[in-house]
Amino acid sequence: MSIEVQDIRKTFGSFVALEGISLGFPTGELIGLLGPSGCGKTTLLRIIAGLERADTGRVLFDGHDASHRDVRERRVGFVFQHYALFRHMSVFENVAFGMRVKPRKMRPPEAFVRKRVHELLDLVQLDWTAHRYPHQLSGGQRQRVALARALAVEPRVLLLDEPFGSLDAKVRKELRQWLRRLHDELHITSLFVTHDQDEAMEVADRIVLMNKGRIEQTGLTQEVYEHPSTAFAYSFLGAVNRLPGRVDGDTLRVGDGAVPLAERFAMHGEEVVAFARPHELDIVADAECTLGLPASVQRVLVSGAVARVELTARVGTNGSAEPARFEVEITRDQLARLNLQPGQAVRLTSSRLRVFPPDRQTG
Amino acid sequence: MVTAKASVDVRSGAARFQASTATRDPPWTKVAILAISLGFFALFLLMPLIAVFVEAFRRGWALYVAALVEPDALSAIRLTLTIAAIAVPLNLVFGVAAAWAITKFDFRGKQLLISLIDLPFSVSPVISGLVFVLVFGAQGWLGPWLAEHGIKIIFAVPGIVLATVFVTFPFVARELIPLMQAQGRDEEEAALVLGATGWQMFRKITLPNIKWALLYGVILCNARAMGEFGAVSVVSGHIRGQTNTMPLHVEILYNEYQFAAAFAVASLLALLALVTLILKAYVEWRSAANSRQGEAP
Repeated sequence: MSIEVQDIRKTFGSFVALEGISLGFPTGELIGLLGPSGCGKTTLLRIIAGLERADTGRVLFDGHDASHRDVRERRVGFVFQHYALFRHMSVFENVAFGMRVKPRKMRPPEAFVRKRVHELLDLVQLDWTAHRYPHQLSGGQRQRVALARALAVEPRVLLLDEPFGSLDAKVRKELRQWLRRLHDELHITSLFVTHDQDEAMEVADRIVLMNKGRIEQTGLTQEVYEHPSTAFAYSFLGAVNRLPGRVDGDTLRVGDGAVPLAERFAMHGEEVVAFARPHELDIVADAECTLGLPASVQRVLVSGAVARVELTARVGTNGSAEPARFEVEITRDQLARLNLQPGQAVRLTSSRLRVFPPDRQTG
Repeated sequence: MVTAKASVDVRSGAARFQASTATRDPPWTKVAILAISLGFFALFLLMPLIAVFVEAFRRGWALYVAALVEPDALSAIRLTLTIAAIAVPLNLVFGVAAAWAITKFDFRGKQLLISLIDLPFSVSPVISGLVFVLVFGAQGWLGPWLAEHGIKIIFAVPGIVLATVFVTFPFVARELIPLMQAQGRDEEEAALVLGATGWQMFRKITLPNIKWALLYGVILCNARAMGEFGAVSVVSGHIRGQTNTMPLHVEILYNEYQFAAAFAVASLLALLALVTLILKAYVEWRSAANSRQGEAP
């Protein structure tokens, strides 16, 4: 089922959680609502579920207005960050709950309930826990039970609020892949909230990036990562080096150096902040070189195929230069060739320095 | 979380504290502290309790029974049971409603309501009684209107019920609020999303989660409802055979120098206290076992 929200606004007291969100979620996709904490993503999810009421705006399910329908009637599956399993019920009863509370006329017969619960527990590979209680399960198992419980009512959409948020790193990684496979099997329209960009990258077909109650960017996951449209999107989606300076022709004057600009949104003489990912900066160890930003090597960390070099450099426009930290990723081959030592003076340069238009500099 | 516990030191805090040479007290400190606490316990708690029963049986079993089956005493017992039977269910409902409102909804004036719930505890019971006299009494705000319609509240059973309900109101609510706050709203919300009605959510999710705390509150509420003296004394009028509760009856007998009879009735109240303590200990033990089980939600 497709979901559409139109001009959703929500305030809590004087805090504006959502300012006029309009979005469409196509049928069958797994969509990640991504953003820093407090950006309104969970509020949006709860409004779609019907657990929260928007001040203005509409929620459409398959084109029909569901704004005034009660949470009970919306037939959504909701998975909570802290599982919210019914602690006094066995796993079996937890999963059966949605079927047992149906109005008497619509309530399925006991045999059907049993069959369905076991099917769902099989699906989440936890049939052997049917008679256990939530407190006897691990975090990852509990979240899978919560998912089985949400699926038991045959929801039209699945909403997951930071589903892996309270799990440890290893379990989280396993569950992500598992959720992706499950979605490929079930093809139910799913929205999940996360503040972890890696998680969104790995799991989602499509990303909605939010910041301060607004949508920053939406698009296919890869597209958003490769073509962030705002400075916020760029900084949020990965590690980033910031280079504040002044535009001078097709270079950026940073501190005592000049770095070439790849794209030009800014006018000559304007003060801007340019961005580069760690792998987009190059280190030049040649003392003869005059191009690039003078920097000094602080630390070299080798992990796997890449090496991370931490450096400091004086940035800013001429008068107010201040020290800043930089992080550069290079291959081990490059590291061997450069033979960097802590304290060594080098220059930083880049062919992929990005500057965002002034109206998109926020964040 | 729970499984990891097996490898952790499972001894009680006290045992661990004593086992370590670093934290163990010197023997004389231990003896002194034990002596002080046990001495206090014997002098101020155990002795009065024994005294009540000794005095009650001083003049023999026959007189003891006679003091209890005498019409005024029976009437006092009946009235006390009636009052409790009305006040406790009322406060069960009010308490759950107040705790529900405070923990599940956000509204203006919530903090004020939380503070107001404690009012009956912080105000002297005599004042609580006087308030009702001022409102419903013959010279009170509603007095003339009530007299006109022939409704009697002060110096009658309704007044005693009102005063008792007021004094015992906080017990249930205070037990429930911290528990329900700790449990949060997630499980209730999950039930709603799964299609449960409000009533189904309350009956199948909320109630099982709070039942032990609720029972604990009800037991304390009942003990106080049967034992309340101050507020009831102000509104009752002490009419023998009509508006005398057990505590009031004890006072009257005592003032009339019928010590054995006074202590006989008092021994019933003391017995009630003992039963309450045993029930309370049992419920505490059960709810502790329950919360250990449901610790990690």
